Amino acid sequence: MSAAERLQVGTAPPRARRRTLVSSAPAPLRFLLSELRLIFTRRRNVAGLGVLAAVPILLAVAVKVSNDGGGGGPDFIDQITNNGLFVAFAALVIELPLFLPLAVATIAGDAVAGEANQGTLRYLLTVPAGRTRLLLVKYASIVIFSVAATALVAVVGVLIGLILFGGGPVTLFFGSQISFGAAIGRLALAVLYLAAGFSALGALGLFVSTLTEQPIGATVAIVLVNVAMFVCDTISQLDWLHPYLLTHWWTSFGDLLRDPIVTGDMTRGLITAGVYAVVFWLAAWARFGSKDVSS
Amino acid sequence: MTPTTVSGPTDRAGTDGAASGSGSADGHRDAVRPGDGVETYDDDTADAPIRTTGLTKRFRHQTAVDAVDLLVPRGAVYGFLGPNGSGKTTTIRMILGLIRATSGSIRLLGAEMPSGANQALPRVGALVEGPAFHPYLSGRANLARLDAVDRGTDPRTSRQRIDAALDRVGLLPAAEKRFRAYSLGMRQRLAIANALLTPRELLVLDEPTNGLDPQGTREVRHLVSELAADGVTVLISSHLLSEVEQICTHIGVMHVGRLLSQGSVEELRSRSRPTVTVRTDQPDRALTALTALGMTDLGREGPGGTHVVGPLGEVDPRRIVPALVAEGADVLGFAVDAPSLEDLFVELTGEGFDVSG
Repeated sequence: MSAAERLQVGTAPPRARRRTLVSSAPAPLRFLLSELRLIFTRRRNVAGLGVLAAVPILLAVAVKVSNDGGGGGPDFIDQITNNGLFVAFAALVIELPLFLPLAVATIAGDAVAGEANQGTLRYLLTVPAGRTRLLLVKYASIVIFSVAATALVAVVGVLIGLILFGGGPVTLFFGSQISFGAAIGRLALAVLYLAAGFSALGALGLFVSTLTEQPIGATVAIVLVNVAMFVCDTISQLDWLHPYLLTHWWTSFGDLLRDPIVTGDMTRGLITAGVYAVVFWLAAWARFGSKDVSS
Repeated sequence: MTPTTVSGPTDRAGTDGAASGSGSADGHRDAVRPGDGVETYDDDTADAPIRTTGLTKRFRHQTAVDAVDLLVPRGAVYGFLGPNGSGKTTTIRMILGLIRATSGSIRLLGAEMPSGANQALPRVGALVEGPAFHPYLSGRANLARLDAVDRGTDPRTSRQRIDAALDRVGLLPAAEKRFRAYSLGMRQRLAIANALLTPRELLVLDEPTNGLDPQGTREVRHLVSELAADGVTVLISSHLLSEVEQICTHIGVMHVGRLLSQGSVEELRSRSRPTVTVRTDQPDRALTALTALGMTDLGREGPGGTHVVGPLGEVDPRRIVPALVAEGADVLGFAVDAPSLEDLFVELTGEGFDVSG
């Protein structure tokens, strides 16, 4: 059509023509990589990850110093002196209710509201980034961050645990033993399972982030929802509600340390997380797709 | 020449007829306004890079943009003028698909907006309502970010294109500085550099000279002229006529959400009525002489009413002084002035329009 001819005018011609040929060639991952670079180089986020990583170190040092293997502590803590690997599991338990969800909420709350607040959203959209594509990339980066943050806690936990308490075969619940390597595999599964839960929270966060131009407000709202789910989970009168709470299933990752692994609760947990993720991503899409970007 | 006041129903009929190419519409148009100039202008409108029809945006209790028929012909430098809050930015946001129109339609580079955004926007460089970038990234990193978002660009040429764009706006020496350390003028330049990352068919520049010093403003004007000479169509909005007047080929004036007038600069000028001013010490005789020539709406101004002023109308200016002399009015001064564009805008938008800068 004549649009192609018009490109011949002025500066446009040679490149414009090439653009259409090359458009499929460049890596479709450029946007995602750029997004990840933004997240992982931002000083606030790096500091947040530092706090997440400090927890297992603090925990291991505290146990080492007190030199008290005796019970009474939360899950896994009393086993740390037997095997350093349990530092990772214990740290995940400790960071599960607030620290890790807060980290994910910060990223998710920032996803759209942060760009809107800065005004960069209008420049992304006029590139054009495409609204659906923008939400896909934003969500992909939230998922990757969830995995990375959870894995960071586990890796730091394993390292500090090995340094302070050593490794070796791991004694599971009810006394059976598996090799250290197999136990690392189960830790990796635990990381992925928890990251799936946090990613579902991230989808909720992405939706909240499309509702406002205040990233902090979005983050606070996401954390409040997270805490509210934990609170509801402790009220026995609401037991009919518990299976539908995203957070209800998070602690089930302990089933990975049974022999054989008990999958029932974790399967329910993954299904719940999947439903949350799909529903809230679609809600975000429905909201953002027609939203007036006037920031 | 075709008057292009968009509110005129006959103009709409004329341009629509040309766009559809229907014979009966042509006949109608010829009947309304014969002349070759009509043809030329209508050809421009058929593939106009920006064309809105009845574009309207209502916010809760305010109509921000009211039935705007914007027409930016190919190759034009279109000065989109109006006071702050007159609806310019809202119109631009609708054209770029950032906000949805309440009613009306938009064609941007042949694509319907906002549904055709992915087709049209890669060919549009845009600066919308001031610069906005990530404060902790350098200017170069910010451009790299936006370039990475663009599906159509080649990553291998990214660095080179970014440096070329930065160089073009004179920002290359500050490329590694963080955006937060930039002055407003530098930020504005970075936003313009973003619009130049790839060759564009159309540039939409919303208040690009905001915050720039006079030197920077001149540079932007020069840059826009250069780009226009390359064949790029430019829509440049401003609340200051003086900043864009020199480079515009077309002008549209917004006021309280309505597009009051648009057309080429020559058309707008030719639409204005020249004024005759006679300075004399016998104003009564002068009035008599001028009235005898067929002039109306005459008045007396100046100290002691020694200036007789009135619209020229159809009178040949060469006949005026002899007529005055014949009537016995001594002519101490005589002038025929075409009103400046500025006068026209004050007329259109009232004194609230900050045209004088």
